Amino acid sequence: MREKRLKTGSDFTWRDIKVGNIVTEVGNAALRRTGDWRSQRPIIDKEKCNKCGLCWLYCPDAAIKPLEDGYYERNLFYCKGCGTCAKVCPREAITMIEEEEQ
Amino acid sequence: MKEKFIKFGKNLVTTEEFVAEGHSFCSGCGEVLALRLACKALGRNVIIANATGCIEVCTSPLPVTSWRVPWMHTLFENVAATTSGIEAGLKILTRKGRMPERDITCVAIAGDGGTSDIGIQALSGAFERNHDFLYLCFDNEAYMNTGIQRSSSTPYGASTTTVPAGKFSIGQTTWKKNMAEIAIAHNIPYVATACPSYPFDLMNKVKKGGEVTGPAYVHIFSPCPTGWRHASDLAIEIGRLAVETGIFPLYEVENGRYKLNVDRPKLRPVEEYLKPQGRFRHLLDGEIEKIQDHVNNEYAKLKAKVACFAA
Amino acid sequence: MSKRVGLEASHAAAEAARMADVDIIAAYPITPQTHIPERLAEMVADGELNAAYMPVESEHSAMSACLGAAAVGARTFTATGGPGLEYMHNVLYVASSMRLPVIMTVANRALSAPLSIWGDHSDAMGSRDTGWIQVFCQNSQEAFDMTLWAFRVGEDSRVLFPVMVHLDGFHLTHVTEPVILPEQEEVDRFLPRFHYPFALDPDKPMTHGAFGPPDIYFEAKIAQEIALRKSKAVIIQGFDEFGDIFGRYYHPIEPYKTEGAKTLLLTMGSFSETAKIAIDIKRNEGESVGLINLRLWRPFPLEELRQVVKNVEILIVFDRCISFGGPGGPVSSEIRAALYNQKERPRVVSIIGSLGGRDMSVKDFEYIIDRGREVAKKDSQELYETVGIRGEVTDIRGLK
Repeated sequence: MREKRLKTGSDFTWRDIKVGNIVTEVGNAALRRTGDWRSQRPIIDKEKCNKCGLCWLYCPDAAIKPLEDGYYERNLFYCKGCGTCAKVCPREAITMIEEEEQ
Repeated sequence: MKEKFIKFGKNLVTTEEFVAEGHSFCSGCGEVLALRLACKALGRNVIIANATGCIEVCTSPLPVTSWRVPWMHTLFENVAATTSGIEAGLKILTRKGRMPERDITCVAIAGDGGTSDIGIQALSGAFERNHDFLYLCFDNEAYMNTGIQRSSSTPYGASTTTVPAGKFSIGQTTWKKNMAEIAIAHNIPYVATACPSYPFDLMNKVKKGGEVTGPAYVHIFSPCPTGWRHASDLAIEIGRLAVETGIFPLYEVENGRYKLNVDRPKLRPVEEYLKPQGRFRHLLDGEIEKIQDHVNNEYAKLKAKVACFAA
Repeated sequence: MSKRVGLEASHAAAEAARMADVDIIAAYPITPQTHIPERLAEMVADGELNAAYMPVESEHSAMSACLGAAAVGARTFTATGGPGLEYMHNVLYVASSMRLPVIMTVANRALSAPLSIWGDHSDAMGSRDTGWIQVFCQNSQEAFDMTLWAFRVGEDSRVLFPVMVHLDGFHLTHVTEPVILPEQEEVDRFLPRFHYPFALDPDKPMTHGAFGPPDIYFEAKIAQEIALRKSKAVIIQGFDEFGDIFGRYYHPIEPYKTEGAKTLLLTMGSFSETAKIAIDIKRNEGESVGLINLRLWRPFPLEELRQVVKNVEILIVFDRCISFGGPGGPVSSEIRAALYNQKERPRVVSIIGSLGGRDMSVKDFEYIIDRGREVAKKDSQELYETVGIRGEVTDIRGLK
């Protein structure tokens, strides 16, 4: 990511707009910190985790990352705190806690 | 089928995200999960045309885009026609030697509104002209993006903002339009229903649809916590209940041959599916019974078709 | 060796698309455009043209398919008219704002209700603000020439705008006239291959058609407008290059015997040729009259118009469309607006006629000139006059 922050329309003059309003910076939405939206966050208990990967598979926000060792890690930059991962974990290894509690 | 492909399992799913993280879908959205999985099944060599709707709006507010593959949006009602043009354009340019032969899957993405209502004319035309494309309908059962207005895919008894439940209304009084059957009636090579609660089944079907020569249609059930009024962590469970109650059976039809992908000796009662959703909260027992009868009938019809036209 | 043949304007337009080696034709039949897609379909079926003919299920889908095809870099062509142009109205705006060059022949037809398959300019006027480059043709030769020119200009990387070539329904589309067809080699010299710089391609992914929140929409539209105005230079260059290769030079505004004329008549489309005969007759009788044939409708040729009406006292503008409840025919309203701030400007009279295929004779144009001058001199407060209506229209405003 070359840019430091998510662009908004207000950053543009009419001259900055590409022909046909085409966006060439693929996936620049990845700069958006949707983690700011959440009111609860997942905690993964590595002891209980069996590396099945369902949390990663089912996360609507792609906010769970596979790690080298086969475990999974939440990505708080994007996590919206929906709780789907906690719900689908077959080992109940994920719990959702309130944002304020840490 | 163009090639024999390996069915998806956890280790065969790419970690690449074709729809970038940081999108603005609602927390717990079933539709974006389905989209994420579908894109993983399709890979890089796609050109996607997208109708106006939740997916288009949450992935492309100028100057930001979530898309890491080539993507085009024009209007709400014409994605099948735009995709027809993309497909025909690629074909003719290849035939005329202007571009090398490439394996690009032309994909059309739309919601239930852009498919069964305002987009049905274009879809029917594209099917009839036999374009080589995959059409994915992400069905969250209303015009969700603009505020939960009803569509012809809204199920009986659901409350929406334009057909709300009230003193003199139970909400939607018509039955959900069966888009999969409409697609089947066009005699296209591949039609399937899918649900993100069954992720590998969904990915297999999307991949299959992409590889079929000719039109393919996959109708994807997309639970919507915001519009269906259920908890944000329940999308997967609701999807599973929809399949297990027979509300949304998972089946595929290849060249007219039916195959039921998930079946149970006894369907769960529909009440289990309806109860967790606020949009059905107003329904009385009489209406729930009606829904149960309807589901029983439709499921029996489907089983009969499966028996009659077995794959 | 170029050859001279008798061609219906519809077939002339189709022939131009064939010589341009168009890649995709997505069209829906509608009277009086049908001869265009039919001829093209025949060419494809017989192998005269290597293209894909998409028999789409509506005009809306025709234009939508053209957008998809143009976005992958295919040269696209379609045709429609009247209600068909209206049915694709939504998509027209998208074509121009997404800067996808689609070339379209419009067989100008009246709009319902009542249903009319016959010609007038209502469809063109309804699409005035869609952001397309638009030209009007007088005859079959122009139907051929302007179509070729349209590909050259619309697809130019400095332009990338869709182009409408207007042909009067029936009055022009179904009329066989002599057309000089050039050699393929000349066409190839004039018209380079289409190269769309932002083609949809998995090797170079881009996002086309993002939506515009309020903080950027306005800038996007102004950028589009400025690009359309800038395309005028390429439009003129296109006309010049066309003339250099094919020997026929076109201009945004074509004056006819306007030197020293105190009264000018402004017309568009095939009726300009009929009106020119009226001009000749009047001039033979010693009257100081002339004609302006307005060829380039969008982007509007402001400078050329202001130049040609310098020293003119009366400008009679002939419209083939009513703008209901408006201050005049659509073209006359634009002319008035274009000239309003000029220190010296002619008195503009608006005359509306020939709706729904109502024929216009030379005598009708002679009447228009006489009546227009009368109206101008009377300093009338009438918004516009009509020509050829049975039954007297005392005041179009409905006042006594």
